[in-house]
Amino acid sequence: MKVKKAYETLKLKDPVKLDSGKYINLCEIAYKTFGKLNKNKSNAILVCHALSGDQYCTGINPITNKKGWWNILIGPGKVIDTNIFFVICCNVLGGCMGSTGPSSINPKTQKPYGLMFPVITISDMVRVQEKLVSSLGIKKLFAVIGGSMGGMQVLEWATKFNKKINAAIPIATSYRHSAQNIAFHEIGRQAIMADLSWNKGNYYKNKTNPKGGLSVARMIAHITYLSETALQRKFGRNLQNSDFFSFNFDTDFQIESYLKHQGSSFVQRFDANSYLYITKAMDYFDLSVKKGGLPKVFKNTNVKFCFFTFTSDWLFPTSETKIIIKSLNSSNSMVSFVEVKTDKGHDAFLLDEPEFHATLRGFIEGQIIQQRI
Amino acid sequence: MKSILRNDLYVISQLIHNNEKILDVGCGNGVLLDYLSKKKSADCRGIEIKQLGVNQCVKKGLSVIQGDANFDLEDYPNNAFSTVILSQTIQAMIYPDIVIKNLIRIGKRAIISFPNFAYWKVRKDFLFSGLMPKNKILPYDWYNTPNIHLCSIQDFKIFCRTNDINILRLICLNEKGIEMKNNFLSNLIAYQVLFCVSKKGK
Repeated sequence: MKVKKAYETLKLKDPVKLDSGKYINLCEIAYKTFGKLNKNKSNAILVCHALSGDQYCTGINPITNKKGWWNILIGPGKVIDTNIFFVICCNVLGGCMGSTGPSSINPKTQKPYGLMFPVITISDMVRVQEKLVSSLGIKKLFAVIGGSMGGMQVLEWATKFNKKINAAIPIATSYRHSAQNIAFHEIGRQAIMADLSWNKGNYYKNKTNPKGGLSVARMIAHITYLSETALQRKFGRNLQNSDFFSFNFDTDFQIESYLKHQGSSFVQRFDANSYLYITKAMDYFDLSVKKGGLPKVFKNTNVKFCFFTFTSDWLFPTSETKIIIKSLNSSNSMVSFVEVKTDKGHDAFLLDEPEFHATLRGFIEGQIIQQRI
Repeated sequence: MKSILRNDLYVISQLIHNNEKILDVGCGNGVLLDYLSKKKSADCRGIEIKQLGVNQCVKKGLSVIQGDANFDLEDYPNNAFSTVILSQTIQAMIYPDIVIKNLIRIGKRAIISFPNFAYWKVRKDFLFSGLMPKNKILPYDWYNTPNIHLCSIQDFKIFCRTNDINILRLICLNEKGIEMKNNFLSNLIAYQVLFCVSKKGK
């Protein structure tokens, strides 16, 4: 029996020119689609994934055998209804789930790129996404949606290709990575690079993925995705195995065990070099340094924006989104915005947040009527 | 179509010309904005403090921001709108004077409606019962009312005079929300009032 490939691949014939000035030859983009494209190709929604995400936004992820990362939101009858919409989700450039990244084979050397892979930006990711969308014959997307780094891609779409999208839905994101965000990423990268088995990015031959370093990077990052209140509620000072301290450095607290689990399950599915490249791309992101600053970036756009933030998200706080909204207001854009009350931190965008889902559903329904889907 | 709008909102809608650019501050479920965008082809925006209100607005395809008029009006540039509407909310603002100045800065004109606290029944209730007045549009007790800056028609006129604000229109409404004649007795007999104002020199 022939095993069906879990995803589809777009192979780009022309080299992709990057922000750094370098090129990627024979670039491949791994993607999944859900639902059916309608006759006039007006019902396509591009879903952009976050740092550790992938193209398996709904259904079952064949790598982890778990539900897709946005299964709660996308599917038949759900907020992003695949009975109505054609959903496209691709692995980002630099990723490790099938799109060209540092673990891919460099056509020049016939070996994995490693650190020979050029440094990429959010804008580069969006550039190849646009090629994917065009290759599917779609002239205008109904919407682009994404949270966190996915939200950065949404904002990039809204500035770079604003004529090619109807609506932009940036969630729990910002127009730039803050100093604090860069700091946390740098700790993660340093943890990976301090792992001896990282071997300057050359670990593919011996299959010594720097698990220790990558797992620490994931543990640190994971704390930034939660909130103090949520951690306290979920774990408190509860002990993992007994009622007594072990008086050694094994796992005492439940929170320790939880973080270790997050780290060890992450290294099973993620490439350490990809982690370096993608975090760097996020750190470089800053729409306000473009010519004329933020107000100019969005000038004369016809895109309908719907922003979401979460009260306990300290990684991408509401104040950051409000700066974008201020610029959009000054350029007379069509913008809606909701701050959702939750104690679940940044990760709330992936979770069951009824208020968030209700507003998003409303916005999409409103756009369905306006766009006559 | 008239029936879907509350009477006082209908009176506001009659002041809006076709193709205007409108900001409704405290737009609630968006019923007025929806009406204006459909019937007057107005380019509409809204601010609403409650999330449920924003939900209902975006469902209508309106562009509405969850925000607080006390703080978020500062973010809008000068003369961004032809008309800014503040309906039945000014009395609940922390700094009504700053809010009004922002309204006429953001919009070429502002339409501000509020309950007239000098209405004769309000005076009568206070005089005879000695209790804080209550009615249909002021239904709260003294300790839980959001209405912390109530004023009369006369108060508002004096405010406009001392702050260089033009009064373009003054419309008085009775208890049914129906327009009544404006005369020297208005401050006594009007239940609600609607001021259309602009910055002097505009």
